[in-house]
Amino acid sequence: MKWFWCLFFMFWPILAVVVCLLAPSLGWWFPGESASPLGRRIDHLFYVILWICTVVFIGTQVALGYVLYNGARRTRPGVTEKAWYSHGRHELEVIWSVIPAIVLLFIAVYQLDVWAEYRVKEAFPRQGMLDVLKNLNQQRGEKDSLALAEVMARQFEWRIRYPGFDAQGNLLPLMPDPQPTDLYAVNELHLPSGAPVMINLRTQDVQHSFFLPELRVKQDAVPGLVIPVWFQADHHRPYQLLCAELCGWGHYKMNARFVAEPPEAFLQYLKTLQREQNYDGTAATP
Amino acid sequence: MSSAVLPHHADAHEHPDARRDHHLALLRQVFWFSTDHKVIGIQFLLTTMLMLMVGGALALGVRWQLAYRWEQMPVFGELLSQQFGTGGQISPELYTMLFTMHATIMTFLVVIPVLAGAFGNFLIPLMIGADDMAFPKLNAFSYWFMWPAIICFGFAMGLGSHLSGVEGGMNAGAAQGWTSYPLLSALPQAAPGAEAAQFWWLLGITFVGVSSMMGSINYMTTIINMRAPGMTLFRMPLTIWAMLITAILQAFALPVLTAAGVMLIADRALGTCFFKPDGIVVNNADPTIGGGQPLLWQHLFWFYSHPAVYIMILPAMGMVSDMLSCMCRKPVFGYRPMIYSLATIAGLGFVVWGHHMFTSGMNPALGMTFMVSTIMIALPSGVKVFNWIGTIWGGRPVFNTVFLNCVAFISMFIVGGLSGIFMAAVPVDVYFHDTYFIVAHFHYVLFGATLFGVFAAIHYWYPKMFGRLMNEPVGQLHFLLTFIGFNGTFFPMHLLGVAGMPRRYADPYLYPYLEHLQPMNQFMTICALLMGLAQFLLIGNFVLSWFSRTPSGRNPWHSNGMEWMAPSPPGHGNFDVAPMVYRGPYEYSSPNREDDYWPQWEPPGKC
Repeated sequence: MKWFWCLFFMFWPILAVVVCLLAPSLGWWFPGESASPLGRRIDHLFYVILWICTVVFIGTQVALGYVLYNGARRTRPGVTEKAWYSHGRHELEVIWSVIPAIVLLFIAVYQLDVWAEYRVKEAFPRQGMLDVLKNLNQQRGEKDSLALAEVMARQFEWRIRYPGFDAQGNLLPLMPDPQPTDLYAVNELHLPSGAPVMINLRTQDVQHSFFLPELRVKQDAVPGLVIPVWFQADHHRPYQLLCAELCGWGHYKMNARFVAEPPEAFLQYLKTLQREQNYDGTAATP
Repeated sequence: MSSAVLPHHADAHEHPDARRDHHLALLRQVFWFSTDHKVIGIQFLLTTMLMLMVGGALALGVRWQLAYRWEQMPVFGELLSQQFGTGGQISPELYTMLFTMHATIMTFLVVIPVLAGAFGNFLIPLMIGADDMAFPKLNAFSYWFMWPAIICFGFAMGLGSHLSGVEGGMNAGAAQGWTSYPLLSALPQAAPGAEAAQFWWLLGITFVGVSSMMGSINYMTTIINMRAPGMTLFRMPLTIWAMLITAILQAFALPVLTAAGVMLIADRALGTCFFKPDGIVVNNADPTIGGGQPLLWQHLFWFYSHPAVYIMILPAMGMVSDMLSCMCRKPVFGYRPMIYSLATIAGLGFVVWGHHMFTSGMNPALGMTFMVSTIMIALPSGVKVFNWIGTIWGGRPVFNTVFLNCVAFISMFIVGGLSGIFMAAVPVDVYFHDTYFIVAHFHYVLFGATLFGVFAAIHYWYPKMFGRLMNEPVGQLHFLLTFIGFNGTFFPMHLLGVAGMPRRYADPYLYPYLEHLQPMNQFMTICALLMGLAQFLLIGNFVLSWFSRTPSGRNPWHSNGMEWMAPSPPGHGNFDVAPMVYRGPYEYSSPNREDDYWPQWEPPGKC
């Protein structure tokens, strides 16, 4: 029976590795390659850790299998050799403390850049965002928000507020409080693609979390806080937007779309919103 | 020295009739208020095993919904439809209640009390050679305070709604997740479960907290003050070291949770504003008046609940070290590094709580510091794994149920530890946060490691509790089925997490990118069912072994620890001869002796 158990404890790590190797081809892996530059850097960090962990996983499981096999051999009938009377080895303890410490510190330090770029305001790609706004011909002052939309989560939907247009049809900056010119949409967030864009994330009631799996973006919406979130979508296409923080019984159905499109199409979309919002029931004026 | 007359042959001097009559002596006392630490330990053990089945049943409800969404549930569905006339499906409200109460029961009524309560109580005085705990009455209270907590959690589930005022029964059960983040938990109008049920939930947590606090004070005092002569700190078994460190963690972290709970109750009932910002409109109720901050709760909650994660694993680590050493007939590899790494884990455990909040909107600079401290916690954990493997290395292992469960502990802990690194890395966590990857990770640690450790401990110390050994083939079968069921259920969760499937979704297949994961979830549910059914083997084995005819004797495993010097089961006061400790607990296979073990109580010079 002991040989069975030795094999048993060796069998499962092999199975685990095989399943992981097959997973991408079976669709049990990321929902597509990341569709944003920062997301690709996150994926890269993931694979770095995955490789390190795979080596450690195989190493430790093989070591475990070896000591089990070794122990099983020692208890064969007729072998009377006692167990190895050892309370440990100082050198080994030093080795297996120092080497993991170096590896772990490397992992930690290697992460810092991406995190700073993702969340620390000073490291935001400010120039890129300004270029987008300039490209959209936004009439903005020095201190106006860089955000192009306010995403307000509520039970159980996403309400989007865009800045509207001035009398000349130029895009206005997003103000912290609602303006008469603002444009509204529900569960559909349109933003320009190909460049970094920012939203202001808020919640109207309880906590929610803004999750774009294909872009590897996640940020909680906290009652009372306005949190800037930036991301950059590569392609003109819709992405899934969903809630990742328990917000009540309908948490599972905060289904929404993030549509990345060229700047012109984005402006066109806002114009459509404006037309629908201003529609007063009479035929359009000549 | 009187202890000299008590070698390991003591069994031979006992009367067989006396053994037959008294081997269930401890069990007979469990229904009443006892101050005997062994009875209290067994009370805790039986209660937690019961709760394990309840929590497991809730988990199966969750699994059912994830595999066959909105379909009539077998067995329980009948009960539901009788109670509510809902047709036996799981409603979204019920689903949120199920995972909330599954987590609550498993952490607060199973894992924490089974380690500190059951094994801490039973083992501490026996292993240090004391006759009882320092404060026996406090100890009894710590058990009996569990029952109000259990009743409160029952009310929080929506049971007995005519008594508790939870209108809507189980559909209005506590549904805020076990983390109970405000405002969902602070505003009664936020969800059906945020009304009366949330109050009962908070009250339950408070009772559990009081119970744990009484326990931890007792454990610390007992370990520090009541060790037998010769039991120096560095002759203590690792179980005791782990219990001591756990008790310290508990004593320092728990008051924060209790305070936070009281603050939340005050926010709900007295109109204070610790966690409520102003002007929040939930479900068309009046806007909140406030100035509070919901993140404060997360800080306070995780300041307890992250150390609590170590409270839920350190004692198992200690027990596994002891059991491995005995089953391999070999000293623990690196006894002192094992202690230092326990202490390091506990110390670092206080400065890593922020890693639960990487995406919460707290200051991103904090994210960096918490990331470094969190990743460094893998270091002492790794040292422990290497030392466990070192302990088996060159040993003569007995492949019995105890040993198999211990090896599973190591094997599973490796997975749980490694998957933790992904989440500790903030940018990667941005993606994995609140996905099934997290669920996989903590089940590998809490079930894969801790519960396999507990299964081993049950088999190992059962003879000390009831004077009988548990059935070995049934134990191995239970292990085999649980191990297969466990990995079949939880390993695929890593892949679900990588695929981006969020936690706590009653219906993830609403989203096209998750639709193809349903067959995998069905496979996992079948594995979970297998695992759940396998636990009946454990319970059957546990109960039927009471009626076994073969006495185990004092020291069936030929172990060194002080607990094996006492009779099985030990009478009131534990030791029939005053115990004296002559050496450390891991003197197995010493080359100077014929026997491959050298009990702590055996005087030197006697071969």
